[in-house]
Amino acid sequence: MNENDYVLSIKDLKTHFAVGSRTVRAVDGVTLDVARGKTMGLVGESGCGKSVTAASIMQILPKAGKIVEGEVIFRSKGKEPVDLSKLKRTDKQMRDIRGKDIAMIFQDPMSSLNPVYRIGDQICENILQHEKVSKDEAMNRTIEMLGKLGIPKPEDRVKNYPHEFSGGMRQRVMIAMGMICNPEVLIADEPTTALDVTIQAQILELMKKIQQEYGTTIVLITHNMGIVADMADNIAVMYMGKIVEFGTKEQIFLTPAHPYTKALLKSVPVLGAGDGKRLTSIRGSTPDPSEMPEGCAFAPRCDFCLGDKCNEAPPYLDIGDGHMVRCWLCEGGVKK
Amino acid sequence: MSETEKKTPAQDSSVILELKDIKKYYPITSGFFRKVVGHVKAVDGVSLFVRRGETLGLVGESGCGKTTLGKCIVRLHRPTGGELRYRFGDEFSDLLTLDKKESFEARKRIQMVFQDPYSSLNPSKTIFTAFDEPLRIHGMADPKERKDKIADLLQRVNLRPDYMYRYPHEFSGGQRQRICIARALCVNPEMVVCDEPVSALDVSIQAQVMNLMKDLQQEMNLTYIFIAHDLSVVEYMSSRIAVMYLGKVMELADSRELYRNPQNPYTEALFSAVPIPDITKQKQRIVLEGDVPSPANPPSGCAFHPRCRKCQEICKREAPQLRPLRSNPDHFVACHLCDTVDPSETPASGGTPKA
Repeated sequence: MNENDYVLSIKDLKTHFAVGSRTVRAVDGVTLDVARGKTMGLVGESGCGKSVTAASIMQILPKAGKIVEGEVIFRSKGKEPVDLSKLKRTDKQMRDIRGKDIAMIFQDPMSSLNPVYRIGDQICENILQHEKVSKDEAMNRTIEMLGKLGIPKPEDRVKNYPHEFSGGMRQRVMIAMGMICNPEVLIADEPTTALDVTIQAQILELMKKIQQEYGTTIVLITHNMGIVADMADNIAVMYMGKIVEFGTKEQIFLTPAHPYTKALLKSVPVLGAGDGKRLTSIRGSTPDPSEMPEGCAFAPRCDFCLGDKCNEAPPYLDIGDGHMVRCWLCEGGVKK
Repeated sequence: MSETEKKTPAQDSSVILELKDIKKYYPITSGFFRKVVGHVKAVDGVSLFVRRGETLGLVGESGCGKTTLGKCIVRLHRPTGGELRYRFGDEFSDLLTLDKKESFEARKRIQMVFQDPYSSLNPSKTIFTAFDEPLRIHGMADPKERKDKIADLLQRVNLRPDYMYRYPHEFSGGQRQRICIARALCVNPEMVVCDEPVSALDVSIQAQVMNLMKDLQQEMNLTYIFIAHDLSVVEYMSSRIAVMYLGKVMELADSRELYRNPQNPYTEALFSAVPIPDITKQKQRIVLEGDVPSPANPPSGCAFHPRCRKCQEICKREAPQLRPLRSNPDHFVACHLCDTVDPSETPASGGTPKA
């Protein structure tokens, strides 16, 4: 693939947090290429750094967090590539990109909407911030977008406040807010975790539909392997601030190579398997991020640990067709 | 139909708990005098039975009343109506009509594990204190014996016995949930109601806790009522599953049967909505329109009818009853469109063998 086919290229991104006198390496060398128009699934357990990666791209990190190294190249159509990590969060260029070219939707739609403003005004604000249009036109576009996202009677609903919407409807409003400026990249951080399964199904279908219609690139952050199996084209598996495996959906699900990915797939019950087979659990729990092991972070929980060798950080290897694995077991491009 | 199939739950010796038309309504008040203007029907007439040693799964979306039902069973809530018939030896008695002393004894038999392992352990008490209290109250007088018991319980949930002098904040989420399970087991209960025991845990920890729960069930011959919203988890844990919607049981069957042969359109949609972590098994999703209605103002007739693909006129008028299928008497479903056995049919037909 040509470089221009990647809308985002993250290289060796490191985002660290200062917690008291300690440093938490929340994102510790993430390298990731996001293909244009595709869905990238970013999976991992809580605390693995997937949300911090997203916040680093958007430059919306909390004060304690800082990008210490690496680059985030954003290639907007017909524009020069920009390294977002070198911009300041308040730069005009960054503010123009944020919300217009790269938009984000968050996990909890209640706390991401302002309870004292009307839904319509909150969505319009995004248009008025980025484009020179009249308030009426912005409102008309908002109504049209809400209608597209399956909100009944959008012309009345824009006058409602967030508390008058149900959880699923609020998440639709969040998607409308993200999509209203027709961004090139939509980062969805656990968009359905707070929702019921039947509502989750609605939202996932909706995201597929808008991707088809607008050709948006979606970065889908989730801990649910089922959702990535359904939605993603490419999948990156994160563990303790690093991407341990990256590949197409087929590579990850059919021929997983990293012991963590394998264990993760075996530890979730599959609906309809019905064989009552015992789940394989991963022993221990995730290490404290401020006291990360020197070498492979997964080594203390790994069943295939090679001993001393794993005390050294493993390289990020291509084991064929762009299937990347960070593991000593895959040294020399061979799956063992 | 053979004679054995005609047994009522009361005659079946394996049945440990029978719920008859359990209701829990919460009043909605308004105005200065707190006048009752309506009711939230959290649980609205649930009848089912639980067999000894099995795991009965309760699934449903948020607000369907599964947790309220669980709390009614352990009597943290007092049901508004209905009977909770529990087996004591050979006899059944209604847990809701017991006197104080009997009630105290009965409480030992049913314990509960809560969803959030962070808020269900007292942060200012050591694990030892948290376990010691129920043991003392329920009559284990000897301190040495109590300590041995606690050490044994901790070992059963794969924790070191010397952890008993630690405080809850020193443990991870998975460890805390194991402590909560051990605490529920300290009075040797027969039945444990588990309310979303793995929902707050990370995927890799979920498997540890679920495996542990299965092992303990075998070792101690426990009966579980397993409440969760995650269908894959419930299917993995349960022998039978009850699907709830707006305070009612929509379908109840053996977990494999329910997955392979869902009868109620709601169950079908619910199962199809679950994303499957296996790309070779992807299937068509049935996407339901709209949201779950408010339990304060449920729709007429069948509670599911406004979202149902197969809705007929009768569904809007009459609420369907939970009845066994004609083809499988262990598969219960509440739907007008399913071929169920009508109890008002003449018993003569019950005697004729089915084709």
